[in-house]
Amino acid sequence: MSRVALLKGGHSLERQVSLKSAARVEDALERLGHEVVDIDVGADLVQRLSAAAPDVAFVAMHGRDGEDGTVQELLELIGTPFTGPGPYACQRCWDKVLTKRALVEAGIPTPPFHAFSQTAFRELGAALALPAIEQRLEFPLVIKPASQGSALGIKFARTAADVPGCLLTAFSYDTKVLLERHVDGDDLSVSILDGPEGPTALPVVQAIPHPDDDFYDFVARYEIGRTTFACPADLPPGVTERAQRMALEAYELLGCHGFARVDIMLERRSGDLFVIEVNAIPGLTETSLLPQAADAAGISFDALIGRMLDTALARSPIARA
Amino acid sequence: MKIEDDQPDSGQSGGPAGPPQRTAAHELERYGALFARRTQVMRSSAMRDLMAVTARPEVISLSGGLPDTTTFPPESFAGLMARLAHQESAAALQYGPTEGHLAVRECVVEVMAAEGMRIEADDALMTTGGQQVIDLVCKTLIDPGDVIIAEAPTYPGAVPTFCSYEADVVQIDMDADGMRIDVLERTLDTLAAEGRAPKFIYTIPSFHNPAGVTMSLERRRRLVQIAAERELLVLEDNPYGMLRFEGEPHPTLYSLDDASFVIYLGTFSKILAPGIRVGWTVAPRPVMEKMNLGKQGVDLCSSSLTQKFVSTYFADGRWRDYVTSLSAIYRDRRDVMLEALAEHFPAEATWTRPEGGLFLWATLPDYIDTTDLLARALRDNVAFVPGRAAYMDGRGGSEMRLNFSGVGDQEIREGIRRIGKVIQEQVELYSTITGAGPTGPAARRPQPAVSEPVVEARVVPLRQRRAGGR
Repeated sequence: MSRVALLKGGHSLERQVSLKSAARVEDALERLGHEVVDIDVGADLVQRLSAAAPDVAFVAMHGRDGEDGTVQELLELIGTPFTGPGPYACQRCWDKVLTKRALVEAGIPTPPFHAFSQTAFRELGAALALPAIEQRLEFPLVIKPASQGSALGIKFARTAADVPGCLLTAFSYDTKVLLERHVDGDDLSVSILDGPEGPTALPVVQAIPHPDDDFYDFVARYEIGRTTFACPADLPPGVTERAQRMALEAYELLGCHGFARVDIMLERRSGDLFVIEVNAIPGLTETSLLPQAADAAGISFDALIGRMLDTALARSPIARA
Repeated sequence: MKIEDDQPDSGQSGGPAGPPQRTAAHELERYGALFARRTQVMRSSAMRDLMAVTARPEVISLSGGLPDTTTFPPESFAGLMARLAHQESAAALQYGPTEGHLAVRECVVEVMAAEGMRIEADDALMTTGGQQVIDLVCKTLIDPGDVIIAEAPTYPGAVPTFCSYEADVVQIDMDADGMRIDVLERTLDTLAAEGRAPKFIYTIPSFHNPAGVTMSLERRRRLVQIAAERELLVLEDNPYGMLRFEGEPHPTLYSLDDASFVIYLGTFSKILAPGIRVGWTVAPRPVMEKMNLGKQGVDLCSSSLTQKFVSTYFADGRWRDYVTSLSAIYRDRRDVMLEALAEHFPAEATWTRPEGGLFLWATLPDYIDTTDLLARALRDNVAFVPGRAAYMDGRGGSEMRLNFSGVGDQEIREGIRRIGKVIQEQVELYSTITGAGPTGPAARRPQPAVSEPVVEARVVPLRQRRAGGR
């Protein structure tokens, strides 16, 4: 049995989500017989890790620091194996613009988009380009910060008049934002779990939001009963397999490791699938999708956590670099 | 790579030997099916999760409703506890009567007398903080779908209580003189035409939380009159009445009423300490009896220990000096905040100028969403309460509550400077995006009024009723 440093909390806006994930992970690790040292990540992280001298770190952090590769860089530096992907994959998943550019280059469908930095507006007159973009992408548009999880800062612009407010919202969360064509259809997620046989796509989960909710937002994600889930999703023939293949391609393209969750939209009018984003460190709360998908595949929560840990331990810090 | 079959394989958990585990999906379904209908309107929010970050030590929090408990001398605290332990140890550690210990109810008589109200000790029901009064009033009066009238904005802490009793809340706009009574009357007429009468009107007449305004005497009189004419109850929440910095105190609604229609809510939280959780209510006798029964079901009685702490403290006779010293501290902090706002907030922002209490309310240009602004402000380690927390009908998006009692002068200055900076950043960015001319920081003027109403009052039916139940 291993000594596991459970990294949680931190400064990110998704701190609460992280604490919820970590609480479940801690219980599972203890049931599996591991010794858990839980660390609320702050300025003393390196000091606490050195004192704890863990065999492995379980990264149960979401948002800034935990999901953007910062903590992973540190863990590599001090030579502690950890769950989930390395820093480069984290960075590519955390920044949706980088993700989408990689997907486009690899020919994996993702909704058309344009990205802007604050500097583009402040110093380069990007506002003048907005009408052309609006025309090209058509309304409604999805406007979101390039980074940030849990749907924070994402808004729909239904008309041109909505765009400035939506941009302002997105810029509250990041200095880079993207405008994306809205795909009207079903919210699917495909979780990938690594194992001895390589990465495996788990059954597809469909999130069916409350009729009053505009879309699958932060509240809908983390409140029991706000959203219903279908797992395995009841989809037209062939769609499940297509979604799973697409998710695996995205996972490998971005260099993920251990596990990830790929969010996909199934467009109602065309039946086409589009990768929206890839979450390098998906949530592990009661309402999170990865545990539900594992459950549908017959993998209990404890077994899921055990497998994540085994995959991390099987990989040496040198192999990561 | 491999693709997992869609068919659940419930026979193989994959885990080690041990007790069978219930799976995530089953857990969700199981609990979801057991939850009461009212839990569907108990809402979490992105805001609440953002607020969790504000507890970090590096964050200057102007978001709490915290009185400054550092001003209560630790040696006094130690002395009081020692005296209590020597004199009343067994009783302090014991259950007490549901209505509260007589000695603390006599303290209530004293506090209410200081605000011009005459009651007897028997008239008070002690509660676990003032918050419990709001809960007990709802428990006593509200069936799902009943109407509660509240101010717009209202106390954010009352919102989850109203939600959990499945009330339909109608919020009435305020101005510098508190609740707009003309709007209230029109709203009552509209509701009456629909065959709906509110069960009670919830108001914080003095140094409103969050708006920072105080109801004028004329409006107080009229409100009490309306309650009597229409036979409606008024819940007067008065935690801050004694924390007046300037101007003449107004009589409470309770003192203007002939004890028929006003339910009074008092608390020791702001005049002594919130950690003791001692509040009280004085209500028309039949209402009080039902509230007493309700309280028995909730917690049998409030803490004997902290009630006795209060009566031991009051026996010294210096409680008013402490309130006076608190008021002086808060007045200075309010002034520091007003100065900082004038210096750092942009010309488009307005804010209230409270004559007492703990809060002021700022209104920003309508294109700024203060929930998003909080996310941005947290990157600069400063926090406030976004306005939406104080509305149940989606308003308040560009408003914010700022607390000036909980932190010292320097932090107030620095906190307002940081918030001002992120607002200015958003104002400039918006101007750039829309092509409007940028606006610089303002030459100053405080604004006495709460935001201009777009809609005077709205009845917002609860979500799940609109959706036809569960």
